[in-house]
Amino acid sequence: MPVILQVSNLVKRFGQLTAVNDISFEIHEGSCFGLLGPNGAGKTTTIEMMEGIKTPDAGTIRYQGEALGQQFRNEAGIMFQTTALQEFITVREIMVQFSRFYPDTSSIDELADRYALHEFLNQDTRKLSGGQKQRLLLAMALINKPKILFLDEPTTGLDPQSRRNLWKQVQLIKEQGATILLTTHYMEEAYELCEEIAIMDHGRIIAHDAPDALLAAHFDDVVVQIHANDIPRQIGEQEFQAIYRNGSAHIVTGDVNKTIEHLLHFNIPLDRLRIRARDLEDLFLELTGKELRA
Amino acid sequence: MWNRIYALFVARNLEFIRDRSALAWSVLLPILIIFVFAFAFTEENPEKFKVGLILGGTSEGAAAVFKQTRFINFIDFDEVETNLFKVERHQVDMLFDPNTHRYWINQTSPNGYIVEKLLVAAYADSPESLQQILVEGDEIRYIDWVIPGVIAMNIMWGALFGIGYVIVRYRKFGVLKRLRATPVTAMEFLSAQILSRLWLLVAVNTVIFICMDYFVGFRMLGSYFNLFLVFTLGCINLICCGLVVAARISTEEVANGVLNLISWPMMFLSGVWFSLEGAHPWMQNFALILPLTHVTEAAREIMIDGAGIVQISDHLLVLGVSAVILLIVGARIFQWE
Repeated sequence: MPVILQVSNLVKRFGQLTAVNDISFEIHEGSCFGLLGPNGAGKTTTIEMMEGIKTPDAGTIRYQGEALGQQFRNEAGIMFQTTALQEFITVREIMVQFSRFYPDTSSIDELADRYALHEFLNQDTRKLSGGQKQRLLLAMALINKPKILFLDEPTTGLDPQSRRNLWKQVQLIKEQGATILLTTHYMEEAYELCEEIAIMDHGRIIAHDAPDALLAAHFDDVVVQIHANDIPRQIGEQEFQAIYRNGSAHIVTGDVNKTIEHLLHFNIPLDRLRIRARDLEDLFLELTGKELRA
Repeated sequence: MWNRIYALFVARNLEFIRDRSALAWSVLLPILIIFVFAFAFTEENPEKFKVGLILGGTSEGAAAVFKQTRFINFIDFDEVETNLFKVERHQVDMLFDPNTHRYWINQTSPNGYIVEKLLVAAYADSPESLQQILVEGDEIRYIDWVIPGVIAMNIMWGALFGIGYVIVRYRKFGVLKRLRATPVTAMEFLSAQILSRLWLLVAVNTVIFICMDYFVGFRMLGSYFNLFLVFTLGCINLICCGLVVAARISTEEVANGVLNLISWPMMFLSGVWFSLEGAHPWMQNFALILPLTHVTEAAREIMIDGAGIVQISDHLLVLGVSAVILLIVGARIFQWE
């Protein structure tokens, strides 16, 4: 697949702080690229430079081989992490306003059908729920039939059902051939949607590949997960080097049988035991030493 | 480009018109002020008395006694003829020549009546030496004098806060950031804001003008076209002033402070409420750099004196040139974030 967006040696400083420190990567046409990182890792600054909102201190961003310009503005769809809408304006009016900004646009009724906007199309934008607003913002980002779509933490703050609905919409957009750049806090989301991910920390990219390739490269073991109440912390940490998080003890092992024998030796109940493959959350923790949602 | 400007223009108009409290406030406030001045202050001018004194010779006897009267602001004038209009327009309550003992007075002026009584009292020993001369000309009430300034002031509030506050709020809440992510350019955005605010201010103030003329009835000797031109140019100038303020500020608190810092001195030093006649020269010179002074004075000259375009051309020139400078500065320093 040809490269649609190329980022080279990007640097952004805020006073003494280097928020983005010499990063480079390419995004291929029609792919979904995930940018992951803990809070303050520099991913929003990176995506905003790629959107043309912030100016880099060094480095270049090229869209289809050219510097970001009018063609990019006409062909990029952008959904920010948080966006305030003009007040006293209805959903339809704001859609009409945005459609007038672009030379080639989708029909508002078609977008309203696809993103279930009809029920509140004539409602003031101030009166929308969180899920309704996200759907509207996504529809606004798609009004210009974008070739590349930027989604900055699109599901943060949504309930699980709204999140899954949005994933479905993103899958549909992908199927129509658009390129997507996504930042997210949710590993499951990145795994579900992205063909390629880059993990950022302290302004640098510390890992970059397809999710499965990254997992295969970093792990050849599994996690035995036991409810935290079933295994005393002292035994868990000393005998099994368990990591306690989210109410569970996580024991990393390359030999599950041996670990279970060992647990039985300490009379640990196995009723709530779960064995799972290593996931992006583990990878993230291993690479950054931080939990993603911390 | 025009399509994008039009889209932003429509959206901003809808926001303004549907924000009922803001709309009501921008219409009702000036009407309220004019009513207060029309019915409360026509009988009781809040200013202290002003008497113009013709220079030359020495004041002795009764004239010297009169000059020592407290609460009268005595202003020195070189000659009579060029200053008579100030009596006519209530800028001074009386013109007095101590050398010839003649005084000029506007018979419709309540203050003139009082200072005349004080002058006559000072000349109690030789009342026959005093000579009263009534100023010819139409009656000019305080309301006639004050109304151009009130409309200009309303334009000032609407322009400065309507542009400045809105853009800063857009910036603070990320509306500007969202617009920046579209093909809209800074110049297109600013043009739409200027056009939207301009037509709304012109429309609202035209309604206010017509309503007030119907209810109060005020003097209008000049051309309505010239008056429209002055107020429109004043709107553009003050909107551009608001643009400069809003170009970079990102919090409403700072914007509020800066806009108040600009608007309050303009309100009191532009001759809206009282004449700056007799004020310290630095204050009079300072007033000349305030756009509101030029809007108010040009409108007053048209409405009260029937001045034509040539007579007000200096005001138009100042307003036009400074508007262009402010627009260029505002557009150059404008930041989306």
